[in-house]
Amino acid sequence: MKYIAKKLFTLIITLFIVSLLAFLAFQIIPGNAAVLRLGTNGTPQQVEQLKEEMGLNRPIAIQYGDWLGSFLSGDMGVSYTYNMPVEDMIAQKLPSTVALVLLGCLLMVVLSIPIGIFTARHAGGVVDRVMTVLNQVLMSIPPVFVGILFSFVFGITLRVFIPGDFVSWDENITQFLVFMFFPALSIALSRVAMTVKLLRSSLLDEMDKNYIRTAFSRGHSRDTALRQHALRNSLVPVVVFMAVSAAEMVAAGIIIEQVFAIPGIGRLLIASIGTYDFPVVQAIVLILATWVVVVNFLADILSQYIDPRVRLG
Amino acid sequence: MFKKRILALFLAGALLAAVLSACGDKKTQGTPGSDETGSSGETVNGGELVVGISQDLGDSLDPYQMTAAGTREVLFNVYEGLVKPDKDGNFIPAVAESFVKSDDGLSYTFTLRANVKFHNGAVVTANDVVKSFETCAATTVDTALAAALSTVTKVEAVDDQNVRLTLSEPNGDLLSYVASVYITPAGYANNATAPVGTGPFKFVSRAVQENVILEKNTEYWGEGAYLDKLTYKIYEDTTALMNALGAGSVDMAAHLTIDQVNTLNTADYKTVEGTMNLVQALYLNHKVAPFDNEKVRQALCYAINVDEILALTAEGHGTKVGTSIYPAFGKYFDPSLVGSYPYDVEKAKKLLTEAGYPNGFEMTITVPNNYTPHVNTAEVIVEQLAKVGIKATLNQVEWGTWLSETYQGRKFQSTVIGFDAVSLTAGALLNRWVSTDDKNMINYNDAKYDELMKQAANAIDDQKRIDLYKQAAKRLTETAANVYIQDLADFVVMKKNLDGYVFYPLYVMDMAKVHYVK
Amino acid sequence: MNRQIIKSPLHHKKNYFLSLGKGITGAMVVFILLGMVWQPYSPTAMDAMAKSQAPSLLHLCGTDNMGRDILSRIMEGAGTTFFIAACVVLIGFTIGTLIGCLTGYFGGLADVILMRVCDSITAFPSILLALVLVMLCGRGKYQIILILGILFIPSFARVVRGEVARQRSQNYTAAARLMGAGHFRIIFKHILPNLLPVLLPTLSIGFNNAVLAEASMSYVGVGVQKPELSLGGMLSEAQTYLGNAPWYALFTGLTIVLLILGFSMLGEGLSREES
Repeated sequence: MKYIAKKLFTLIITLFIVSLLAFLAFQIIPGNAAVLRLGTNGTPQQVEQLKEEMGLNRPIAIQYGDWLGSFLSGDMGVSYTYNMPVEDMIAQKLPSTVALVLLGCLLMVVLSIPIGIFTARHAGGVVDRVMTVLNQVLMSIPPVFVGILFSFVFGITLRVFIPGDFVSWDENITQFLVFMFFPALSIALSRVAMTVKLLRSSLLDEMDKNYIRTAFSRGHSRDTALRQHALRNSLVPVVVFMAVSAAEMVAAGIIIEQVFAIPGIGRLLIASIGTYDFPVVQAIVLILATWVVVVNFLADILSQYIDPRVRLG
Repeated sequence: MFKKRILALFLAGALLAAVLSACGDKKTQGTPGSDETGSSGETVNGGELVVGISQDLGDSLDPYQMTAAGTREVLFNVYEGLVKPDKDGNFIPAVAESFVKSDDGLSYTFTLRANVKFHNGAVVTANDVVKSFETCAATTVDTALAAALSTVTKVEAVDDQNVRLTLSEPNGDLLSYVASVYITPAGYANNATAPVGTGPFKFVSRAVQENVILEKNTEYWGEGAYLDKLTYKIYEDTTALMNALGAGSVDMAAHLTIDQVNTLNTADYKTVEGTMNLVQALYLNHKVAPFDNEKVRQALCYAINVDEILALTAEGHGTKVGTSIYPAFGKYFDPSLVGSYPYDVEKAKKLLTEAGYPNGFEMTITVPNNYTPHVNTAEVIVEQLAKVGIKATLNQVEWGTWLSETYQGRKFQSTVIGFDAVSLTAGALLNRWVSTDDKNMINYNDAKYDELMKQAANAIDDQKRIDLYKQAAKRLTETAANVYIQDLADFVVMKKNLDGYVFYPLYVMDMAKVHYVK
Repeated sequence: MNRQIIKSPLHHKKNYFLSLGKGITGAMVVFILLGMVWQPYSPTAMDAMAKSQAPSLLHLCGTDNMGRDILSRIMEGAGTTFFIAACVVLIGFTIGTLIGCLTGYFGGLADVILMRVCDSITAFPSILLALVLVMLCGRGKYQIILILGILFIPSFARVVRGEVARQRSQNYTAAARLMGAGHFRIIFKHILPNLLPVLLPTLSIGFNNAVLAEASMSYVGVGVQKPELSLGGMLSEAQTYLGNAPWYALFTGLTIVLLILGFSMLGEGLSREES
């Protein structure tokens, strides 16, 4: 409990620093919000007037407090480009991104654990060797390229989905899932390969340990020993790795949303960076950063919780 | 912001309208295999339609803040002014039923149509109109419109049905500006996210980077729309749009090139051809040698074979222009200028020799890489110039780079681009070549042209003004200001069972007329 | 022959990863070096008569929508990508090693703070941070190098710090210290050379991450800007023509894969050699 409280405190401090950096970063950028909003037709007087209206002449600390306050209460400002409340835009985009990442995590778990166990059980065999090399190759393919290959094979050639023609979940849930399967697999694939590799070596390490040998001597078969004893312990690093991957997948998702033209927050982020739409960028960065920090925090807690050595001790 | 504004200048379509009394000889013909009259089945009332658009509407939906062509094109169906343009470029009454112009041209009294309802159910009152004019004048991002409205000294509600505009000086193009002052409810502040107008379609929802959904305005004052629901689906780029068209998930798409149309299955779609309403040319920087020499510019005009360009890049589709006016401008367009410089390699060589370049010279053509038609045209030009000894190289740049370096910075030798009009006034196309104009990217500097333009602007008599503008346009051709090429062909594809698409001399899609046939 | 026989009982398996890694990386380096001095065509020369042609003897990787030779473009683009990745690793490695050596050796408050900062930076996906930094620094080849270079410092610093701290506690450093060697002499003369084996896999991982980051950023348009070629930018261009010229995307992507695969196998092989 004490450990969790300590971690929680660090989490809050980290988030505070992240928000401060996100705020300050956009103060350094040349051209303040007023200039950008007025564009090329703004006169110095107009800029000054708008600055006053937007409260840009107040001390930075007060502006920051104000911004954070309204951000936490759900008011994320207004997009320069679309003239829309940022929170509305993000609310529209979030479901697709969440679905992408969740689907990616699901695929990672469903694919990597059975394959990992399989390769460990058949360690040294032909399948294992092929898998080891294949793993190395899969880890080397950038998600962008995986996405493009999927678009070509399953989209353009096999017509399982139409590249670029996103179907929203409230339009048709089946088509949505079919469409999302490929981008999700694109971000999961290299992670699957890494998890398989990790699980395999972790399992083999466990199998070498004394207690497994004891299990053998008690007449357990190799498979039972593996399943009942070794697996449990070797899953510890794997679970932690997968939790961290959930954070990484969000980043890969930003890029893959671009490949498949998924209107999620990643694509909104890229577009907003292009148009210097600061309120949108600020909000998305803060949301993604929070996700990363929280996931890492949970991974920490999780590893403490499931590791029997910690619990016993 | 900067980018948006410029977009408004070129791509952006001209929704503001103009006094084009004469019918533009606008061609609206089906390509072979799509006989429009042949498909005249029974008109169906109702149905849903998905229009695919290949660029995000990165824009506000506010009637006075929106800048992008794509946004204007969509909202043309939602907002209306007191008057609105028709397909021939005339102004027909919309929210106003009629208007009276005083003899001195300094006062216009508009009589509102009775019982025109906003999409929120409220009846349009004179007060709404006055407030709309005031808001527009104060906030519009369209500098030409702002300038025009600054000559309107007073907007007053005479009574509930009549609104009077008082001008400080006569303005022959006033109606075109009145048409772009969209009427919205007084005191309504959410147009940026939920537009409310009086048009044939009501705004339903918008998802950024995804779609805009409209539905039929059942209480429309006029002949309303046929379709019940209209979805504008946004695609990342034309490739994605073509994929969707190929798969049948889009019913209609506009602004396609012939190459794109050719990739579609003709069994499912029919094609309608119009023009893009822009002037594509090889624009030359007059401040840079050798283009400061008129003979060189004329030599280029003779050296470039426009017919071959059309044949190679668009299978012959496209309309030759000859000057900075495109044919949809009707009364301002002078067809005789088209053939001023027939293709003649020998003459080009002779002119080059006279100008002191018997062996030609080297030049760079800067082209924005996102506009395939311009890139393709430039490619052909490079080949054609080689025949007269001019070694041209293509420099493809990002659109943003083109805007800042080439357009704003005027750091270029030559460029292929299309200029369109922000309003259907001749000035929208011709003003930019006045020597002192901010938008004069080619540094054109001709005293006679400046003089003609000045006279035209001050002329009160309509016919005289038209004549002067025509002379100015001719002056551009005579001095070979640029190598004028074409107004690009614009293809609209739609499902076989759709009909009723009408081209405007403006960048709009009038969806109220589109309908299904049985 | 003899050596192999003697060696084989010690090494149960031949280190395929190392030899494959060496082979692929070597081939890629030769390919990129060749691209610097010779390309079959000019990577920008267009040919209206040869648009979107499938691979042939004339154009080994086919041509793009403008009739440009894809192989030449890949040579050019791979060069840019390689250059960026190399610079990024160099910046990250040099500064990271310096920081790692000093903090690992001297410890103290600076060590605690710097490592905390490094931990926080590495906790975030580098793409996310890079995208934010792009808004501050602008886009372009040198901006990318700077941004990624800075972001890669912590990962090197962490590895080096850990290793230096470990080495410091070992006997030979104490011995050197007793013999009167100065701190810096110990760090750079005694400890640093011992770090190399540990750093090699980190270097290869860093290189791969840099290639991946460049490709991703240029793909979404915030990295290397056209007309300059890079593999990521080309991939985004190629995607537009996936329907009628799939070979463009295929060969470009394959180049990225080989570049990364070579180094990752090299890294894997090296770490296997270690253990």
